Formats: sequence, structure tokens, C-alpha cells
Amino acid sequence: MKQNNKYHLVTDLNFKTIEQKPTRFGYAEALLELGRVNPDVVVLDADLAKSTLSGKFQEKYPQRFFDIGIAEQNMLVMAGGLSLAGKIPFVNTYGVFLAGRAWDQIRTSICYGDLNVKIIGAHGGLSVGPDGATHQALEEIALMRVLPNMRVIVPCDSNQAYKATLEAAKIKGPVYIRLGREPVPVITTDKTPFHYGKAQTCRQGKDVTIFACGLMVYLSLVAAEKLQKKGISTRVINLHTVKPIDKKAVIKAAKETRCIVTAEEHQLMAGFGSAVAEVVSQNCPVPMEMVGVRDTFGESGQPWELLKKYHLMDGDIVKAAEKTIRRRRRER
Amino acid sequence: MNTENIKNQARQIRRDIIEMTYCAGSGHPGGSLSSAEIMAVLYFHTLQHQPKDPGWEGRDRFYLSKGHACPVLYAALAEAGYFDRSLLKAFRHLGSQLQGHPHRLKTPGVEASSGSLGQGLSLAAGTALGLKMDQKPGRVFCLLGDGELQEGQVWEAAMAAGHFKLNNLCAIVDHNNLQIDGPVEKVMGIEPLADKWRAFRWQVIEVDGHNIQHLIRAFDFARGIKDKPTVILARTVKGRGVSFMENRAEWHGRAPNKEEYEKAMAELK
Repeated sequence: MKQNNKYHLVTDLNFKTIEQKPTRFGYAEALLELGRVNPDVVVLDADLAKSTLSGKFQEKYPQRFFDIGIAEQNMLVMAGGLSLAGKIPFVNTYGVFLAGRAWDQIRTSICYGDLNVKIIGAHGGLSVGPDGATHQALEEIALMRVLPNMRVIVPCDSNQAYKATLEAAKIKGPVYIRLGREPVPVITTDKTPFHYGKAQTCRQGKDVTIFACGLMVYLSLVAAEKLQKKGISTRVINLHTVKPIDKKAVIKAAKETRCIVTAEEHQLMAGFGSAVAEVVSQNCPVPMEMVGVRDTFGESGQPWELLKKYHLMDGDIVKAAEKTIRRRRRER
Repeated sequence: MNTENIKNQARQIRRDIIEMTYCAGSGHPGGSLSSAEIMAVLYFHTLQHQPKDPGWEGRDRFYLSKGHACPVLYAALAEAGYFDRSLLKAFRHLGSQLQGHPHRLKTPGVEASSGSLGQGLSLAAGTALGLKMDQKPGRVFCLLGDGELQEGQVWEAAMAAGHFKLNNLCAIVDHNNLQIDGPVEKVMGIEPLADKWRAFRWQVIEVDGHNIQHLIRAFDFARGIKDKPTVILARTVKGRGVSFMENRAEWHGRAPNKEEYEKAMAELK
């Protein structure tokens, strides 16, 4: 495993050889660690413990695990109640059933009261695959970041999910973490720092900046290598903390590269790219192109087939980068 | 506190409810008046609490699931000494500590934010579960409306509380038979109510919700139940204590005008 010393990232991005692991693996490891060090941590699931991997915690700490059954709305608010008794609840099920089905519960009972509940949305994005549109959460970033008091973290790989989970336990108040089902390239290492609320620069560049989160960080790095071959120097920034967003880093990149691409495995409307655009447009307006799902539901298929069909691949990011650079040149 | 004193507290709570909704020019008097005795018994007899130390670790918790009835909660908290009575007049005003629906971060003694119906019992069940895990003595009380029982989440929570045998949880249903659009049974029937709760593995106690002694006995009995949660189905009259508000759905969410205010206060002497 080759590493870039400056950023402690894996540098050999070859898809065929790079280690791949689902983000939920790192999360499950972190839960076990939290179970060991913090007796207040409790875990809830809604009949999906094998899938979300909260079942690993259940095996080790059965007294601190509660299966609430297929009743997500009750699960979320019970977690709120547990937090009022001094517990730190981690709530698990698929993102659609958390952020979507239990949105009002998260809004009124958890966020309004600023309750210390950690909401772990499994199976985010199109890469859920064959289960199809009903199970592919493409809206949670938008639904969660609009809520006052909520924090939203989208780790790029399993190692980062591990660190983000430990961080979330330290934060007082609601946190949403978006995880994925499928194995995705592991680009960070044990040594890579994770700073909640701070942008993670993964690659320096001066012609264009790509902001990404989740799986799209890897694809953005691959895109950056392709752009390099075309003589375009590309900065890649992992905005794993979508909220609170690192405004300084976004403004700095906008000022320095004068054009921006965002990449997300999520609806474009009101999502991650929109969060970046809110900062850019109000502070340093520059041309932006957004890669993401364009106001449509997903469908059944293999994860990488879907990413291709819905234009979320490295090639799509390259095209977006070239377009935003062209637009910047026209404006000059 | 003896029965007579609690009765007087309930009357004072009613006066506060009329005062608050009149000063605010809005609010929900009907379902607040119907639960005055329930709240008076809770705050002046049953609850283990320390109004000067709202976060006291050994306390019992009270969650108002029917958040719109917060005038009755604010009145009970003020009378119990959680905050100064003078705050009551600012109910629903800009910048007030007393929001239109309860907010735990604004008001001393308010344990939970509520207002979107159907969520309080889940919150109460979660806290009861947490306290039970740690073998803490505190009990959790949750007041629900009868119309509120139409929310599906209430029954998810009821199922979970029965499943986890949360005997430190006590729900009270303010069964006043009226909701905004009319009689509960006409809008969307909820009977047979006692059978429903029993089917969800709860101990059911049916009482006259305006009878102080019945309520005290019910809460005392609930404390002795060892293997399941208890629900007290309290038969009440919406708008109770103010003749022209009693049993009238239109007083669910409207404030008295000056004339009505004076008439109500005269009746509550």
C-alpha cells in the first residue's frame, strides 16, 4: 500500500488492486470500541441488526442493545428518551427509514430539544444496488442538514467511518452519519487525521477544486489523476462534515482555483453540492458544476452499473471539471 | 398535601389557564382545563421532584405528550415553584420562556419538547428503559390526549413499553372525548380503549379524572405494579370548570375574550 505522506492517503488508486470495504464495517468496529470504553453508549435497531452491523454490538453487549422491531418512529423517539436518562444512543436502520420516515420525530423530539442521539443511516446512495429505489437513500443529506442543531457526517471509507463514529460520541447533540452498503475503496489509513467540521484536503491543485463526500471522494481522486494527464491541476477536498460545513475551506478554494465541482451520491437538489453552493454564491461566486442524481429515483442493478447509468463516475467528474473551467475562461 | 389543598391547587391552575390564554389571545384552554386535577395530583402529591433543582438526578419525570395543553403544565410548574408566576402572563409572547408548545430548553421543569402529537409516549418509554437499566428509582409519567391516540406511533410505543415490561412508566389518558373536529368517536373511533391497552400488555386503571382521591389511589396502585406499564384512563370533561367551555369542541384552541375571561374567572372563584 503506497501512501502519500503529506495527507496520509493511499496513492495507488487502481480499482482492481485497492482494498475495498463497506463503510458500515468501520462503523461496527467503532461501536465495539465505544461499547468497551463508554458504558453510557446504547444501541437501537429496527430489525436490521445483521444488515446495519449493529448486531456486532448486540453480540458483545446484549444488555445495552435494544431491537425495537419494525417501528422506526418509535425507535428514534425512544432513543431521545434514553438520552434524557443519560445514555448515548446510536440508532440504526436504512437511511430512507430514518431521515425519511421518522423526519418529524427527528425534528420535533430530537433536534428541537437538542437531544444527544446519534442517527446512523445505513445503505445511503445508489450503491445499495439491487434492492432498488425504495431502499436507495438519495435525500438524507438534504433532509438532515436543514434541521437546526443537527450535524451531518458522510465518511469516505471504512477507516473514516470508524473515526467519525468515535467523534460523534463526543459531540453533545444530534448527529447523522451516512453509511453505505457496498465495499468501497479505502483511501484513508489509520494515520489519516479526521477533524470533525474541518475539510480534508486530499490533493492540491490550482485549476479547479472538486468537493466530494462519501464514495465520491475516491472517484474524484481518480478524476483528478485523469485531469492531470490533460494538464489540469485539480484540488480534491473531502467535506466529510457536510454540516457544519467548513466555510473557510470552501471560500479559500473558490478564491484560489476560481471554479468548483461538487460530487455526491445524492439528489442534487438541496443536497451536498447545494450546501457548497450556498457558501460559494454568498461569499465568492465562481462557476460551479454539480455531479449527483438529477431529480430522479434509482432502480435495481449492480452498484457500479447504477453509478455509471446515473452519471456519477470519475469520467462524469472529469467532464464537469472541464466544463466549469471553460465557463470560468468565458467569464474572464 | 391533603385532598382539599390539591383541589385548591387545581382551581388555581384553572384560573392560571384562563389568565394565560386570555393574555396570549390564543392557546388551548379546553384540554388544559380537563387535566387540571391530573396535573395537580401529579405535581402536589405523586411526583418525586425538587422544583428548586429541576435536574435533580433522583426525580420522577413528567412528559406532556399533548403539548398544546401546556398552559396546564406551565400553571402547575409555576404553582410548584419552578419559576415565578409573573412569567405566565408572557405565555406565547415574543421572547417568552413559555412557548406556545413546551420546549425543554426554554422553561425550567419542562422535560421534553412536544407539540407534534403521538411522540411523547416513545420518549417516556425510552427514559423509563434507561432508568430501569441503571436501577434508578425515578418513575416516568406521560400525559396523552384521547384524540392523540389516533397517531400510530402511540401504539408502537405502547407495544415496546409492554414488551420491555416498563413498570416504571405510567401513562395517563385525558379522556375528554372531544377533538378539534368534534367527538373523538365520530371523527375516528378509539374504543374499546381499555381493551386496546390490555392487548398491548398494559395494566389499565379507569378513574374519574376530576376526582382527586381516585387519581391518588390510581397513581399509588401503579407504583406497586411489578411486571408491566400502567395506563390511567381518566374520564374527564373538556373545558371543565368553566360552564360555557364544558364539553364544547370549539374551546379546544381558542382564547376567551374580555367578557368571557371575566365570566370564567368569576366561576373559578
